[in-house]
Amino acid sequence: MRPRAIRCMGVTKHFGSLMAVHGVDLVVDHGELLVLLGPSGCGKTTLLRVIAGFEELERGALTVGGELMAGPKHHLPPDKRKVGMVFQEYALFPHMDVGSNVGYGLDRNPEKRSKVKEMLTIVGLEGMEHRMPHELSGGEQQRVALARALAPRPDVVLLDEPFSNLDEWMRHRIRADVHRILREVGATAIFVTHNQEEAMLLGDRVAVMNQGQLEQVDTPENIYHRPATQFVAKFMEIADFLPAQSDGYVLVTELGILAGPLGLYPGEEVEIMLRPNDVSVAADETGTGIITNRAFKGANYLYTIQLRTGQVMHSEHQHNTSYPVGLKVNVSINQSHELLCFVKGELRTIPVRANE
Amino acid sequence: MRANVWTLQTIFKPIKLVLRTRYIYWVPSATIALAVLFIPLYLIIRTLGSGDEVWEILIRTRTLGVLFRTLALIGTVVAFSILLAVPMAWITVRTDLPMRRLISVLAVLPLVIPSYVGGFLIVVALGPKGMLQNFLQDLFAIESLPNIYGFPGAALALTLLSYPYILLTVRASLRGIDPALEEGSRGLGYGSWSTFRNITLNQLSPAIGAGSLLVALYTLSDFGAVSILQYETFTWAIFIQYQTAFNRSIAAALSLILVLVAVLILTVEAVTRRSSQLYQSSARGMRTPNLIPLNKWKWPAFGYSCFIVSLSLFLPIFVLGFWVVRGISAGESLELVWTHVFNSISISALAAGLTVIAALPVSFLAVRHSGWLTRFIERSTYLGFALPGIVVALAIIYFGVNYVPFLYQTFALLLVAYVILFLPTASGAVKASLLQVNSKVEDAARSLGSKPINVFLTITLPLLKPGIITGGALVFLVTLKELPATLLLSPIGFQTLATSIWSATTEAFFAKAAASSLLLILVASIPMAWILLRDREGIR
Repeated sequence: MRPRAIRCMGVTKHFGSLMAVHGVDLVVDHGELLVLLGPSGCGKTTLLRVIAGFEELERGALTVGGELMAGPKHHLPPDKRKVGMVFQEYALFPHMDVGSNVGYGLDRNPEKRSKVKEMLTIVGLEGMEHRMPHELSGGEQQRVALARALAPRPDVVLLDEPFSNLDEWMRHRIRADVHRILREVGATAIFVTHNQEEAMLLGDRVAVMNQGQLEQVDTPENIYHRPATQFVAKFMEIADFLPAQSDGYVLVTELGILAGPLGLYPGEEVEIMLRPNDVSVAADETGTGIITNRAFKGANYLYTIQLRTGQVMHSEHQHNTSYPVGLKVNVSINQSHELLCFVKGELRTIPVRANE
Repeated sequence: MRANVWTLQTIFKPIKLVLRTRYIYWVPSATIALAVLFIPLYLIIRTLGSGDEVWEILIRTRTLGVLFRTLALIGTVVAFSILLAVPMAWITVRTDLPMRRLISVLAVLPLVIPSYVGGFLIVVALGPKGMLQNFLQDLFAIESLPNIYGFPGAALALTLLSYPYILLTVRASLRGIDPALEEGSRGLGYGSWSTFRNITLNQLSPAIGAGSLLVALYTLSDFGAVSILQYETFTWAIFIQYQTAFNRSIAAALSLILVLVAVLILTVEAVTRRSSQLYQSSARGMRTPNLIPLNKWKWPAFGYSCFIVSLSLFLPIFVLGFWVVRGISAGESLELVWTHVFNSISISALAAGLTVIAALPVSFLAVRHSGWLTRFIERSTYLGFALPGIVVALAIIYFGVNYVPFLYQTFALLLVAYVILFLPTASGAVKASLLQVNSKVEDAARSLGSKPINVFLTITLPLLKPGIITGGALVFLVTLKELPATLLLSPIGFQTLATSIWSATTEAFFAKAAASSLLLILVASIPMAWILLRDREGIR
C-alpha cells in the first residue's frame, strides 16, 4: 500500500501558551487538499512550520511520503525535506527577477529554463520572467510564490494564509486560480486559514484547530452540518446553545417543548444548537423576548434577541417588515429540519417534528 | 552564481558543523564584546593596582581643572551647535529656501574635515601672525589679536565641525513629524511661532538630544583640535602624561575618569530620552507637509545658511588652498608623500572591511536571536561608541607591552583598536539593513532545498549589501580621520595622512600640513558622497 502523504502522530510543540501545538494526530492523503482552520493564535501556523521543518518537535513524530521527518531525537532540516511553502507575505526574493525566483529550487540543468517557463504558464504569468517582484501586483506576487513552491515538485505544499494580504475582490479570483492550479499539478497541500468560507470552498477536508488541538477533521459538509464540538459549531457560523431539560420523552426549553432524541433519562441537561435561520421572531406584546440589536445584511436582517432568562438568541430571516430595537417579540424554533444538540459534549440529533 | 556557491561550500565543508549550530553568531560576538569590556576593566585594574600615590598625584595635577575645562568645552560646543543646527535644519527641510537641496548637502560636508585640521586652520587663520592679523595689520596697523589659543579656538573649531551631527538627526526627525500635529495646533488658533515653539520644538527634542549626545561624545573624545590649540582637556592631559611622565598609571587613571564622564553623558541622554516618549498617532499614511513660504525672510535665511556653509566648509578649503599656494611660491618643499595617502587608504579600507565582518554576527544576534544575553552583548559593543580613541589606544598599549609584546606596534593591535572604536558605526548600518530582511525570505529559500550557507550567500548577503556598503563607507571615513589611536598604535615608520598632518602642524610646517589636509578631505569626500547619494535615494 502506498504510504500516506503526511502523517502527524502526537505532534507537540510549545512556545508559552499561545501558538502551541499539543498532541496533534493528522493524516493527509496523496493529492488531497486539507484546510487547517482556526482562530489566530490557535497554533495552525506553528503546526505548518513543524511540518516544514522550521520548528523542532518536542514530542511525537512526523512522516512525509512514509519517510520520517521528525521524531524522537531526529530532525531533518527544511532543505532536506521535499516540502514547499507559500508564505502569508509571499516572501519573494526581492533582489531576483520572477524567473530566478521560480528557478531557485530547481537543480542547475538544461531543463531549468523550460521548467520555469512551464510553471509560469501554469500560474498564468507567461513571459514575465524578467519582471522584478516589486513591479508585480499582490495577486501576481502570490502566483509567483506558488509557482516557486511548486517548481521543484515537492511531496507536499504548505500554504500559510496565502490570501490574507489581498483585498476581497482579488481574493475571490486568486482563490479559484490557486485551487485550479493545485488540482492541475495534483499536489498534496495543507492550507491554513482563519476564514470559514475559504475553508469550505477549498478543502477536500477541513481540520478545525483550537488552542493547539484538533477539534474535528472531516468534509466541509460534515463540519458545517455535524460539528463535533460546540467550538466547531460556533466557529463555522453564529450558533446559540439553548439549554433544555429532558423529561424522558420531550425536551423542555424556555421557548417551548421540542420532541427530544431517544434514550435520554428524565432530568438530563441538553444544549440545543440553533443557527440564526432556525429561529423565527414575530412581534408580540406578551412575547418572551426583546430585540436588542438589528443588523442589516442585504437580503436579511440579523436580530439579536434577549430572552427573559438573559439567554441571547440570533434570528435571521427574510422579513417583509423590519422590527425596531426594543420591540417585544415571540421567539419560536423552526423545526422543519433536524436540529442538533449536545448531551454532555456529545452530539445527538433531534428528529424533524411531524406536523403539529 | 550557484556554481560559485557550490565551490565555496566545498571549501567551507570542515566548518559545516559550526555553521549549523549557532556558534557562528555567538562565539565572535561574545569575543568582541569581551574585548570592548576589557578596555575599561583593564583601566580599573591598572589604576587600583598602582597604589595610593596615583590618587595624590591626580589631586596635585589639577585634575579638577581638567574636568572643569572638559565639561565647559562640551557645554559650549553643544549649545552653539544646537543654535546653528536647528534653524538650519528647519529652513532646509520645511521652507522654500532657494537652493535648499544643495545647501542641505553642503551643510553636512564639514563632517569630512578632521578636528586637527580644524585646529590647524584656526591657528593659521586667526592665530598670532595668522592670515586675519596680517590682513588687519596691512589695513589698520593692528599689531595683535585676542588670543585664539585655548578655549575660544577649541570651541569654535569643534562647533563648526560637529554641528552637522545635530543637523542630521534633527532633519531626519523633521521629515518624520506628522504635519497633522502642526495643523491641529494652527486649527486651534495658535500662530505659526507658538506652534513651532509648542509642537515642533517639542517633537524635535529627542532628535536634538540624540544629536547633542553625538556632539558631546565627539568633543569629549577629541584629541586633535584641543592639542593643537593647547586647551588642556582630558585627552590632551592623558597624552602629555603618557609621553612625559614616568608613572603611566596616572594616564590610566585619567582615562578611567574620562570613560566615567562618557558613561555619565550616555546615562543623562538615556534618562531624558525615556522621560520624553512621544506619542505619534500613525506612523504610516503621513503626508509630506507643504513648504512654508519665507517671503521677506527668504534672503536673510539664504544669507544665514550661506554664511554657515562658508564658515565651516568653503573658508577651510580656501585657507588650506591659500597656504599651499603660499608655500609653493615661497619655495617651501611640499614633499607630498604619496605613501601617506596610500597608507591612509589601505589601513582605512582594511579597518572598514574587518569592522563590517565583525558587525555581521553582532547584528544577526541582535536582530534574530533576541534575549537578555544578546542584549548584553550588543550593549557592550556599543561601549566603543563612548570610548575615546586615546583611551582605547592606551589600554591596548599597556596590555600589549605587558602580555603580548610580540604584537606591540603591529597592525594587528591598530586594527583591533579600530574595530573596537567603530563597531557601533558599522553594526548600526548593518542592523538597519537586516531589520528590513524578512526572515521568511530565508525560510522560503530553506524550504526550496537550499542549505543554510547557501541561503546566506545567495539571499541574506545580497539583501544586506546596502547596509554593508554604507557601514563600510562610514568606518572608512572615520578611520581616515582618526588621530590618537593611529598616532599611538601605528608601527614605527607607518605614517598616514592624519599623523603626518598632526606632526607637520606641531612642527609648524604649515604648507605641508595644508597640502596633506586637502588630500585627506578629498579622499574622505569619496565615501561621504556615496553615503549622501544613498541618503537621497532613501528620501525619494
